Amino acid sequence: MDWFPLYNSLRIAAVSTIIVFFTGVCGAYYASRLPRAVKGVLDVVLTLPLVLPPTVVGYLLLLVLGPRRIIGAWALEAFGARLTMQWWSAVFATVVVTYPLVYRTARGAFESFDETLAQAARTLGLGNAYIFWRIRMAVCRQGILAGTVLAFARALGEYGATSMVSGYTPGRTATISTTVYQLWRSGEDGQALGWVLVNAAISAAVLVAVNLLERPRKAAGA
Amino acid sequence: MKLEAAIRKRYGAFQLNVSFTAGSGAPLALLGASGAGKSAALRCLAGIDRPDWGRITLDGRTLFDSERRIDLPPQKRKTGYLFQQYALFPHMTVAQNIAAGLRRLPAARRRARAAELTALFHLEGTETLFPHQLSGGQQQRTALARILASEPEVILLDEPLSALDGYLRGQIEMELSEILERFGGPSIWVTHDLGEACRNCAQVCVLDGGRSSPPTAFRTLLENPRTVGAAKISGCGNLTPARPGERPGDMEAPAWGLVLRCARPWREGAAVLGVREDRIRPAAPGEENAFPCHIRRMAEDYGAVTVLLAPENAPDAGSVLRMKTSREAWAKYSGRQRLYAAIRPEDIFLLEE
Repeated sequence: MDWFPLYNSLRIAAVSTIIVFFTGVCGAYYASRLPRAVKGVLDVVLTLPLVLPPTVVGYLLLLVLGPRRIIGAWALEAFGARLTMQWWSAVFATVVVTYPLVYRTARGAFESFDETLAQAARTLGLGNAYIFWRIRMAVCRQGILAGTVLAFARALGEYGATSMVSGYTPGRTATISTTVYQLWRSGEDGQALGWVLVNAAISAAVLVAVNLLERPRKAAGA
Repeated sequence: MKLEAAIRKRYGAFQLNVSFTAGSGAPLALLGASGAGKSAALRCLAGIDRPDWGRITLDGRTLFDSERRIDLPPQKRKTGYLFQQYALFPHMTVAQNIAAGLRRLPAARRRARAAELTALFHLEGTETLFPHQLSGGQQQRTALARILASEPEVILLDEPLSALDGYLRGQIEMELSEILERFGGPSIWVTHDLGEACRNCAQVCVLDGGRSSPPTAFRTLLENPRTVGAAKISGCGNLTPARPGERPGDMEAPAWGLVLRCARPWREGAAVLGVREDRIRPAAPGEENAFPCHIRRMAEDYGAVTVLLAPENAPDAGSVLRMKTSREAWAKYSGRQRLYAAIRPEDIFLLEE
């Protein structure tokens, strides 16, 4: 069995998880302090990819990243690089699709954060970086980590947008999900089943991790 | 050392307008009902909220000055702030919480200082516990240790006893007073409880609807309140609109249907008359300031009897006076429908809105 699809899926998921972790947490932090109306609009825009069919996301991505499209043409001109049909093109797809998972869980966590903790920290002389990472993020870590792990799992299994942006080239852009489809199409059911099991095992492990993270801590006394 | 503040800030429809000076020694009480702006005032002092106008200085050091555009961040103000729910970091142990306050100190000195504070606040043995595993008293001591670790120059206490159970309160109140004494710098004790303020503070600044009155000694607040807010918070239970009567020294209280002689001269602006519940007493007809009343209702607790009296001449039967008297004194009146009550002229306060 050629393990390339597993390796490719994992690296795509890893890179996109790192990206959505930072951008999602950042977006959530700033969104949580915006006025309600602005936040409402932003919420719709940033959450849309979660409910849109992945093929629609893929189509919209191709609309800007394609070699003759605005960003794609510019990248080709500036760097001589095609943004589509590379292994890393899938990262564009998975980032967009999984961003809402981190954004929404992090925003929920930030909004339930007790602001007096940050205020107390400031009166104690603690710096803003310390307050953000060691207090705000630390107190909110459960929700944010759960969202991030979910984003990783979702990125790992992304099919629709990935297949449109990255295509399927064995040994170059094939991921687990696109490989399953191709194997099934060409009648290699046994091999497809193998990949299905691999995917199911990884996803189950991830969900167990999410459950462990979301297990409520002992009730905090007031 | 002293903290001087004169600030104004608008919060929507609410206007905060406070000015006071807090010296070293016993704390200054900031006394007011809930919603009077006590916490808002503390937040402005600590730099969490920014006043629209004013000046805050601490021992000559300017913390805030709207004219000179000075606005030190909370980190630079050195104001220790004890939050109502203490704001302990829930994911850190007692030791880590205290250590968080020590970051201003050079690293080499932190460990020794942490041990010192742990002992000083009787927290030995709780170092590895998380805040939710502590009792209310231990939580408060941890928060105070953390505040003192940061070496503040002033301490602000926001309703420091409100999160504690009744039976713990008395003991912790004493501990707290002792800690503030040892601290020695200026401190501000926010509360809505007159007794608490009286027991622990030297001076009191009454806050009413966002406005502060000049700090005074407790005796003055109890014996000679000047505003309705001060009278209310000092436990004055009978207040009614009033105007000067025809004879000099008389005040008319139309809602009660009474004309009362007052020892205090009327002054411009005074439009409300106040009498403490325990300064109304049963009397004989014809005594000075005696008036006939119906007894509307009576409630007894362990030491005293509270009686609702409806003056017979009142135009509206709903206007009542509250009289508080001892059970012994009340014994000979129980069962009556009606009695004469009197107020001594020197027990009547003339108050401004």
